Amino acid sequence: MTHAFFPALPEIFLLVMVCVIMLVDLFLKPAQRGVTYVLSQLTVIVLAVITWPFVHDKAVTLFHGQFVLDHFAVVLKLFMYLMVFAIFLYSRRYVMERQIMRGEFHLLTLIALLGGMVLVSANSLLTLYLGLELLSLPTYAMVAMQRDSNKGPEAAMKYFVMGAVASAMMLYGMSFVFGLSGSLLLPEISHFVMNGMSSSMLFIFALMFFIVGVCFKLGAVPFHMWVPDVYEGSPTCVTAILGTLSKIAALGLIVRLVIQMMHGLMPHWHIALMVIAVLSILLGNVLAIVQTNIKRMFAYSTISHMGFIVLVLALGTKQSLTYAVFYTVVYVIMSVGGFGMVMLLARQGHESDKISDFAGLNKRHAWIAFMMLLLMVSMAGIPPMVGFDAKLFVIQALVAQHYYGLAIFALIMSVIGAYYYLRVVKVMYFDAAEPATLKHPLSLDGRIAVSANGVLVLLLGLMPAGLLALCAF
Amino acid sequence: MLPHWILSLLIWLPIVGGLVVLATGQNDERPEAARWVALVFALLTLVLCVPLLLMFNADTWHFQFVENYSWIPSLDIHYALGIDGISLLFIVLNCFTTLIVILAAWRSVNTKIAQYMAIFLVAGGIMNGAFASLDSILFYVFFEASLIPMYLGIGIWGGKKKAYAAMKMFLYTFLGSIFMLVAFIYMYTKGGSFDIASFQNLHLTATEQDWIFLAFLAAFAVKIPMWPFHTWLPDVHTEAPIGGSVVLAALMLKLGAYGFVRFSLPIVPGVHHAFDWLLIILSLIAIVYVAFASIVQKDMKRLVAYSSISHMGIVTLGIFMVFMIVGQTHDAADAMISVQGSVFQMIAHAFSSGALFLGVGYLHKRYGSLWIKDYQGVAHAMPVLAAFFMLFAMANVGLPGTTGFVGEFLVIISAFKANIWVALIASFTLVLAPAYTLWFYKRVLFGEVKNQAIMKQKDITGMEILVMVLLAIPVIIFGVYPEPILHLAHATTMHFVDHTMLRLPVGSY
Repeated sequence: MTHAFFPALPEIFLLVMVCVIMLVDLFLKPAQRGVTYVLSQLTVIVLAVITWPFVHDKAVTLFHGQFVLDHFAVVLKLFMYLMVFAIFLYSRRYVMERQIMRGEFHLLTLIALLGGMVLVSANSLLTLYLGLELLSLPTYAMVAMQRDSNKGPEAAMKYFVMGAVASAMMLYGMSFVFGLSGSLLLPEISHFVMNGMSSSMLFIFALMFFIVGVCFKLGAVPFHMWVPDVYEGSPTCVTAILGTLSKIAALGLIVRLVIQMMHGLMPHWHIALMVIAVLSILLGNVLAIVQTNIKRMFAYSTISHMGFIVLVLALGTKQSLTYAVFYTVVYVIMSVGGFGMVMLLARQGHESDKISDFAGLNKRHAWIAFMMLLLMVSMAGIPPMVGFDAKLFVIQALVAQHYYGLAIFALIMSVIGAYYYLRVVKVMYFDAAEPATLKHPLSLDGRIAVSANGVLVLLLGLMPAGLLALCAF
Repeated sequence: MLPHWILSLLIWLPIVGGLVVLATGQNDERPEAARWVALVFALLTLVLCVPLLLMFNADTWHFQFVENYSWIPSLDIHYALGIDGISLLFIVLNCFTTLIVILAAWRSVNTKIAQYMAIFLVAGGIMNGAFASLDSILFYVFFEASLIPMYLGIGIWGGKKKAYAAMKMFLYTFLGSIFMLVAFIYMYTKGGSFDIASFQNLHLTATEQDWIFLAFLAAFAVKIPMWPFHTWLPDVHTEAPIGGSVVLAALMLKLGAYGFVRFSLPIVPGVHHAFDWLLIILSLIAIVYVAFASIVQKDMKRLVAYSSISHMGIVTLGIFMVFMIVGQTHDAADAMISVQGSVFQMIAHAFSSGALFLGVGYLHKRYGSLWIKDYQGVAHAMPVLAAFFMLFAMANVGLPGTTGFVGEFLVIISAFKANIWVALIASFTLVLAPAYTLWFYKRVLFGEVKNQAIMKQKDITGMEILVMVLLAIPVIIFGVYPEPILHLAHATTMHFVDHTMLRLPVGSY
């Protein structure tokens, strides 16, 4: 029996650890909260160690086909661990200073991680929904964690209502699919859709509900309204989770639910996703220009990056899945660096989330400014950073499918994107520091994390072959 | 025997050097160390060019010192390097210019000196990469990456509107080059390779050729810049620091012309043939109209910038005339001379224009003004600068005995073989270039000293003189004896013309 459960070992281990940490945390004095932090980090490291051996294994299903561990799931899980690890690292001082270091932050993040893991390993509609809710519920709570801020509760309410509506949409769609196919297992439904039933109007109906729900989770236009407010209103450490962990999970969701399960309906979702992608890239990039708050700017830039991911997924080729995963992985690595930078520069009583807070950073912390430069240039998709490789693959996939207009559109939009990313560089390097933002000491682990993150973006850009091979399906 | 990775060394040594310079402290903790480390790396890079020049076989157009490693296997993208005569010239020029920039900044840049040195070392390495790339994506990576150090260089040390100028430069050239990227990817989907040479053997339909031509035109015409895509250059030059202006004029603009020779013409010669009248007219407008624009400039840097555009017009004219010349004389050797003139003009322009920007920079540093009207009679205060300035002004004008003459002469001589009207219009440069250069020279350096502040400043000294001497030497040597440069470029330009003619549709001639 132990062998049969072996592929689910990471989830089981994480669940056990969540319980252990919760208990341990009860007995800790406020000054000893560091123990929770260390235990959480160790948990994530052990998770990576026990998940890694599956990376090249063939797909296995267990629990009567409810759960699958394939290459796709393993890769997404590994990067989820990396993100959680990085966010814990970046936010250690941030959560301490903001009195949200009560253990909940780490626990809720780990539960959200568990949800994300279940979600990307889901092989049936039930598991999928279970994972989705397990991921979402802790994040609703975390958004509201800073109770004394004005924007926190508003953001939490928005996020909760929107998320609940999205979940309901998906659940409604699932009920159709179950009724039509008589099965909850994704492969069986996919088979069912492939063979003849694809013309059924009701399937298309369900598909549209899935797309709406998924786009809510991704934050793609026209279901993006919540993104900027929630990004701005949440504590930055939570924004980082929404921007990375949730995005990886959302990719798992769209791939499992739409791209794979509904593959037989490709002519239908192909068009819908294309339109959503184009709108997201357009709106995200244009609106990001006018932002003065860097978290809001990241929110709009996220929308445009999600547009790129949806765009390549919409092509529906075998390659496009690889490129979408590559793009997502690259995006979260850059994104966690960006949020990490905001957390690093924040200090007691000052969020440092305005773009003007970065003024003169080169004068104050030249190395950190250089890392931010690498991250921004990478997000803009300028070589030799890895963001360029991600964009290159998307453009290549588009051109290979003869979407020349879309390819040029996407590139012109990235020129527009370059403007607002470079504006951050401009503020850091060309503007003088305001007296209020004088040099203050930065946490050592945060600096190391940012440095590793920035260098990683450059190194992956110079040598993307390994990461691409890892993401190949 | 040279190590086979010498080209990689030429790319990565200055980049590593830049990082080492940064390690000396980014906020002027040890400015002297930063200067000397940068100088050592710039010198080392230049020294590496010596064996490159000695071992280079100028009798063949084949790529030499080739390196080829798989880079992104799934798309068959290679880290492929190699040089022919033209790229060799630019690489040597680049290494030399990097040294000049380092020396020119020696005492004139005093804030964030380590970052300044690092940025221009890195820019030098990246530019070497662009000139040595044999893989189109690799070329694109270097082509784009060179914008980042330039953006920072202009933005940190530039003038009042530096942020605006830096952003303008970045977005203009970025926007142009994305079309080239799409063209590369398109040709990859056709032929299954990003190898530049393989692009030349693709069988493209007429429509495809038109689009690819437009894509390349967008990228390279903006970079050169050709009229009417030139408007970004004067703004950027005005705000750029000395090093930025020198690198921009000496190398960045050349990347555009290099792109035409390496990509655009060999890949889609048919379209260039069909539209050569248009390209020639654009070049002539650049030569004549922009020269007139140069005459009326009130700002010294703008004046030199417009003169740059005008000179680049001669370069593009020399390249695009090849079809007309072959059509008239049926002799590829005549066309080859025209291209050689272009190549020579590019190198000559790097020296003279770079030196003029340096001279203007010296004045600006001393008197704090770029306006011509603020100056008069500077020669009384700074005779040494005035003497050097005169030499480079003459080189800019194209006086025989300086490098400026050879390129212009070859191109205009060739123009007479192509079309008498083209030649006549191009010859206007012989009148207009002296008009704007010498009138500018007269107003700034000659005349009575009206403003006593002029006399308060000292003449150029030490490192500044050294830089001027270093630039003056090639201007005179290659002006008197241009053969070494022409010899190095000969086989490559000959092959370029032959190849381009061969690839034309049957029955063109």
